[in-house]
Amino acid sequence: MGYPHKSHPRETPVLSKHFGEAEARTLDGWKKRGGYKALAQALATDPLAIQDVIKASGLRGRGGAGFPTGLKWSFMKIGDGKPHYLCCNADESEPGTFKDREIMRWTPHALIEGCAIAAHAIGAETAYIYIRGEFTEPIRVMEAALAEARAAGIIGKNAMGSGKTVDVWVHKGAGAYICGEETALMNSLEGKRGNPRIKPPFPAVSGLFGKPTTINNVETLAAVPHILNNGAEWYKAMCLASPKSTGSKLYSVCGNVAKPGNYEVVMGFSFKEFLYDLCGGPLPGRKFKALIPGGSSVPTITIEEAEQVKMDYEGFLEQGTMLGSGGVIIFDDAQSMPRQLARIARFYAHESCAQCTQCREGTAWMTKILERIVAGQGTFEDLDTIFDLSEQMTGKTICVLSDSCGAPVVSGITKFRGEFEALIKGRRSSTVAVGAP
Amino acid sequence: MADTKMVNLTIEGRAVSVPEGTNILEAAKAAGVLVPHYCYHPGLPVAGVCRMCLVEVEKMPKLAPSCATNVAEGQVVHVYSEKALEARKGVLELLLINHPLDCPICDQAGECELQDYTFQEGRADSRYREPKRFNPVEDFGGDVLYVTNRCILCTRCVRFMEDVHQEPVLNVSDRGDRATIGKASDADLTQPWAANVIDLCPVGALVSKDFLNKARAWELDRTASVCTGCSQGCNSILETRDNVVVRQKPRSNDQVNRFYLCDEGRLDYRWMNRPDRMEAPKIRLADVLSPVDWEIAFDETTKVMRGKRAYVVASPRLSNEALFLLKQLIGATKGTGVFRCATGPEAPLPGVPDLALRADRAPNVRGAELLGFARRDHDLLGGLAEGDVLVIADDELAGLDLGTAKKASAIVLIGTVLPAGLPTPDVVLPIANVAEEEGTFTNLRGRVQRFLQAKAAPGLARPSWYALADLNAALGVKAEYFLPSAVFEAMAQQEPAFGGLSYETLGLYGAPVKGAAATVGAA
Repeated sequence: MGYPHKSHPRETPVLSKHFGEAEARTLDGWKKRGGYKALAQALATDPLAIQDVIKASGLRGRGGAGFPTGLKWSFMKIGDGKPHYLCCNADESEPGTFKDREIMRWTPHALIEGCAIAAHAIGAETAYIYIRGEFTEPIRVMEAALAEARAAGIIGKNAMGSGKTVDVWVHKGAGAYICGEETALMNSLEGKRGNPRIKPPFPAVSGLFGKPTTINNVETLAAVPHILNNGAEWYKAMCLASPKSTGSKLYSVCGNVAKPGNYEVVMGFSFKEFLYDLCGGPLPGRKFKALIPGGSSVPTITIEEAEQVKMDYEGFLEQGTMLGSGGVIIFDDAQSMPRQLARIARFYAHESCAQCTQCREGTAWMTKILERIVAGQGTFEDLDTIFDLSEQMTGKTICVLSDSCGAPVVSGITKFRGEFEALIKGRRSSTVAVGAP
Repeated sequence: MADTKMVNLTIEGRAVSVPEGTNILEAAKAAGVLVPHYCYHPGLPVAGVCRMCLVEVEKMPKLAPSCATNVAEGQVVHVYSEKALEARKGVLELLLINHPLDCPICDQAGECELQDYTFQEGRADSRYREPKRFNPVEDFGGDVLYVTNRCILCTRCVRFMEDVHQEPVLNVSDRGDRATIGKASDADLTQPWAANVIDLCPVGALVSKDFLNKARAWELDRTASVCTGCSQGCNSILETRDNVVVRQKPRSNDQVNRFYLCDEGRLDYRWMNRPDRMEAPKIRLADVLSPVDWEIAFDETTKVMRGKRAYVVASPRLSNEALFLLKQLIGATKGTGVFRCATGPEAPLPGVPDLALRADRAPNVRGAELLGFARRDHDLLGGLAEGDVLVIADDELAGLDLGTAKKASAIVLIGTVLPAGLPTPDVVLPIANVAEEEGTFTNLRGRVQRFLQAKAAPGLARPSWYALADLNAALGVKAEYFLPSAVFEAMAQQEPAFGGLSYETLGLYGAPVKGAAATVGAA
């Protein structure tokens, strides 16, 4: 895989500061960049004090849900006599998202350090990094870094000479999107079929192997050492809009845009400037039309709506969508929205774990209807059926995969109904290959 | 369980109090409200996947799966609210979009929960316009056929094999709407209890090869019975069509067999329909059996038995009532009662305590022992003394050397068929088999359980208690019984083990004899 683009001056590189520096992958290189200082300090600190720092920093889960990380850690009852586990969710299978991949490729030790600190903070001795199977290069890099860290005594039975056990292991996924769902990930780690579990019980009560477990995203954990090094106030200060969203966030930008790639900006950054300045705007001769800002599972918004957004958890919510994973998928005026949405629906239909009826049957049905509309065989009733179907698929299943299928589709139809109606009336868009999925 | 905390809640306006930890679905059952469901089964771990049992619980933001939601104090549950009905209607439509709707040729039709709930709550039409998915029928081995297209993936079968049978040979294969139930390629569903997946399947996806295309569910008459396959005494239902037993299914009894019946037991019903039955009482005239009236047959029996000891070879397949009357006959003639029992390997169902296909392959071994019959698995006729009257009661004498029978001064045969190789008996009294009469069996843990009459006996054959009561009366024993319950009542008075029991107290789930443990697992 290639090298990342040069950082834009308006970016705030915290996590991405050392992207592209081959030396940062090695233990020595990482130490030279201030690595493992935070861990050494953390291992000598009371877990609850670390939780307090994280709470004060305002760090929220970067996997998509935005749950306050410090609060999540505090659900683990330290000293309850049970083994605790930390899972690092590196399954990053959300379409349009590729930020965790870069963190693992370039700064594996940042993640190891984050995992070790988090494990200590929740009273766990073992952390598992569940990496999606397709990430062959990140897996190789992570394993090499873990071997180095283990050999140097940074992790293991006597981590950094602290007398504490902190072990970190890499586990390779087998290519299922659903294994990015936290309970499905735990089932998969246990060697079972990756089916989401019914909650409650929540992972903090009964998670991996039935033991109290905390699960965090790669980006969340990679941010932890920086917070400990620079203090909660430093992190909290990285905030341009809502005080509930703090710190820096990596966005993966893809689609019809001049400069796709990963960009790191502080919370509350203007999305308009982000799109037109940092990402270089649309391709020559094209105009942005729509985008899905947080990975394919969040509602679609028009470019007009997007231009109003302040990039944080609350800002995206105000425009009827979500920050999600930060995977920005951009469509320009040359794209057929029905075709794009049909492709997204097909993905969910393919990846449904097949447990819940609404999801198993609903995602497939929705895909078939959309593909029929794209093929010019749709009817107006089909659109009503999709809306009703999406209603059936939302809030009624074990996990949110079926909700995630309905969200971009329904918002897409609402906002680009004209394109659907044109197809239904028989005026096929010139950009649509007949019969193409 | 007086120390269990009770939780009070309201379901569909009905106040109900259930133990803490109960799920809403079970609480609703207690309140008399059936929440439609597919994947939930009281004998299996909760999966919560069909999403059919969604109900509205006040103060909960979303509809709750009632199988996977525990009751809480003060909860107000609406099963039939507009929101809940709408959600279930949606699930039913989705379950049917790829369903072949081949009810006219489906064995499950008439006893199909997909039919029932669709009729009750579903849409009259479907909005599905796309081609339906197709998968071929698969032979799962044993008695089980998997009709993939009808499957709703409730995973009851998977969970049964994994958690109850503890032979995890089934799984969900593939994902999305391509998912089907998969079977390990090197295994067949030939495990001793595997066919229970057919009963557990709420739709027509897993069907019995034995019952395939045999009868429509609505043509069947159903009778509460007890499986005669072994001494476990699993409660069963005999299903008959036009006086022919066509299927045996388990009948739930938490004290004996929970929801299950083993494959050997469930398929052991064909003999109930055998055509070579003795249909009329006969006596030997010039070494040939001639049909006669019952009265003449009793007179002849009285004649051959006068002043002789009876050597009674009883069968552990006879009811307690018949064995009790035989015991009276033995007492009146100062005779002996013996029985033998076929045996086979024991096959437990690992997930259920004290449930197994038992080694003793007859339903009433314990009853025969309690009523004083001596077990002689070998040398059954060894106790027969010169000049005794050999009374054969329902033992088919298979595999026996019948040369010893010549010692008998006379042979009285009470049974359903004429055993091959037996010297011509003096008297033949035809009786009904278990499907044709009413009575009780005592299982190996001492539980007395009733079985009811499922079909008519052939010809002049009489229920065993009726034939034996009249025979005893003819022999001068006080035995004027007009109902099997009256025989049982007399037995309860005279036999201490059965003291205090009656058909009323037994009900359809049975009760233990004196000194036997009341519940499963305590033995």
